[in-house]
Amino acid sequence: MFKEEIKGSLYIALKDLRMYYFKPPNLSWGIMFPIVMALAFILRNPSGVKDLASGLIAMSILFAATSAEAIVIVFERRTKTFERLLLAPLSLQAILFGKVIGGVIFGVLISSIFLIGSIIFLGIPFSNTIFLFLSLVLSAFVFSVFGTLVSVAVKEIFDAMTLANFFRFPMIFLCGVFIPVSALPSFLHPLAYVLPLTYSVDLIQFFITGSYDLVHPAISVVVLVFYSIVLFYLAVWVLKRRIEQ
Amino acid sequence: MNKENIIDVSNLTKQYKDILAINHISFTVKRGEIFGFLGPNGAGKTTTIKMLTGLIQPTEGTATVHGKDIRTQIVEIKRTMGVVTEESNLYDELSVFDNLRFVGQLYGVSRLDLQKQIDELLNKFDLESKRDAKFATLSKGMKRKVTIAAALIHSPQIVFLDEPTTGLDILSARILRALIKELKDLGVTIFLTTHYIEEAEQLCDRVAILVNGTIKTVDTPKNLIAKTNSKNLEEAFIEITGLKEEIMLVEKERER
Repeated sequence: MFKEEIKGSLYIALKDLRMYYFKPPNLSWGIMFPIVMALAFILRNPSGVKDLASGLIAMSILFAATSAEAIVIVFERRTKTFERLLLAPLSLQAILFGKVIGGVIFGVLISSIFLIGSIIFLGIPFSNTIFLFLSLVLSAFVFSVFGTLVSVAVKEIFDAMTLANFFRFPMIFLCGVFIPVSALPSFLHPLAYVLPLTYSVDLIQFFITGSYDLVHPAISVVVLVFYSIVLFYLAVWVLKRRIEQ
Repeated sequence: MNKENIIDVSNLTKQYKDILAINHISFTVKRGEIFGFLGPNGAGKTTTIKMLTGLIQPTEGTATVHGKDIRTQIVEIKRTMGVVTEESNLYDELSVFDNLRFVGQLYGVSRLDLQKQIDELLNKFDLESKRDAKFATLSKGMKRKVTIAAALIHSPQIVFLDEPTTGLDILSARILRALIKELKDLGVTIFLTTHYIEEAEQLCDRVAILVNGTIKTVDTPKNLIAKTNSKNLEEAFIEITGLKEEIMLVEKERER
C-alpha cells in the first residue's frame, strides 16, 4: 500500500514538472528573479559577492520551489483536474506529497544551477558538497510545502500570488539573504527567527564557509524538518476543509 | 451485507451549513446491474456520487462498497471504481495518450497492461487518430469519450457515470449507450445519473428517484410505470417527483 502511495506521488510530481514547472513564466520567476536581485546587490558592493552565495542559493530555492507550487493546486481545482487526483486510490497525504515533490525537484534543479555557478565563477570552497546538497533538498522541501499550503488556502490564482509574495518578499530582507541577520536591527530579530528561510541560509552558509551566523547547523536542520512536517499537515487539514465546502 | 449487493447505503446524509443536501437516504445496488439515480436539478444526485466515491464525507449514515466502509476504506474502494464526472476532468495540456497513461499510473496499472489497455480503449472509442492530440483540441463528444476511457483504464468493477450523455450529439450518445450495455454484459455494475429519463428507461435495471435530497422510490422502470399508471418512465417520473402540478401551472400560465 505504502509503495503504491509513493509511486502515485511520483507520477503526480512528474506530471506537474512536465505541465507546469518547465514553462517560460515559471523559469523566469525561478531563475531570473534571484539573478536580478543578486545583481542589484553585487553591483552596489562587488567585493561582497562571495558572502552572497548562500543567500542567493537559498533565495533561488525559495522562488523556484514556490513559483508554480503556490498556484498549481488552486489552478487544478478551478479546472476540475484536481478532482481527477482525488478520485484516484491515493490518500490526501499522498496526493499533496506528490505536489510537494514536484516543487522540491524543480527547486533543487534550479538552485543547483546557482550552486554550480558559484563554484565556477566565485571559486567558493565547499567543505562538504553532499551535506550542502542535502541542505538544498531540505530547504526545497520546506518551501515547496509552504507553496502547497498557499495553494490550498486560497480560491483564486491571483490570491495565491499575493499571499505567496506577502511572505516571500519580506523573507528576502529579513532572513540573511543579503544582510546577515546578526547585522539587522535587534527589533527585527524575533521576526527573522520565526522564518524558515533564515535557517536555510544559515545551513547553506555553514556548508559553504564552515561557519554559521545564527544557530548551530543541527538546530537549523531540526527547525526546517519541524516546519516541513507542521506546514504539510496544516496543508492537508486546510485542503480537507476546502473540499468539504 | 447481502451477497448480491455491491453498494449498500444506509441513512446517508450530507449537511452543508444550513442546507440539508442529502437527507437519510438508503438503497442498495446489485452486482452487475445498471442502477439509475434520477432526480430534478439540485436533488442531490451529484452529492451522493461524491460521497460514494470519496470526494466528500457524509455527515451521517453509512455506505459500503464491496462491504468496505466509504469512511475508513475509501482508498481500497477507489481501486475498484471508475468515475465519469459531469465535467471532463482531464488535462488540456496533455495528449489523449498521456492523459490515459497518467490515470492508469495513478491506479497502479502495470506498464505492460497499461499499454495494452490504452490501445484497446482507443480502438473501442474510435480515438486512435486522436492518440497524440492535446485534450484541449478535442470536440465535446471526443472529450467525453476520452473521459470515459480514462474511467475504464483500470478495468473497474463499478462505474459511476454522472450525466454521461449531456451535451453529446445523437450519434455519440447512442454509441455511449451501447457501450454502457456492453459494460453491463461484461459484469460491470453501472451507477448512472441522467436527465434523460428515456435513456434511463432504456438502460436501467432499477432506478431510484431522488427529490430534495430524499429518495421517493426505488424500483424497476416497468414497476414504476405500472404503479403510476403511466405510459412511460418519464410520466412516472413526473408523477413521483410532483413535477406534474408545476408543469400544469406553467401550461396554465402559457394559455393566459
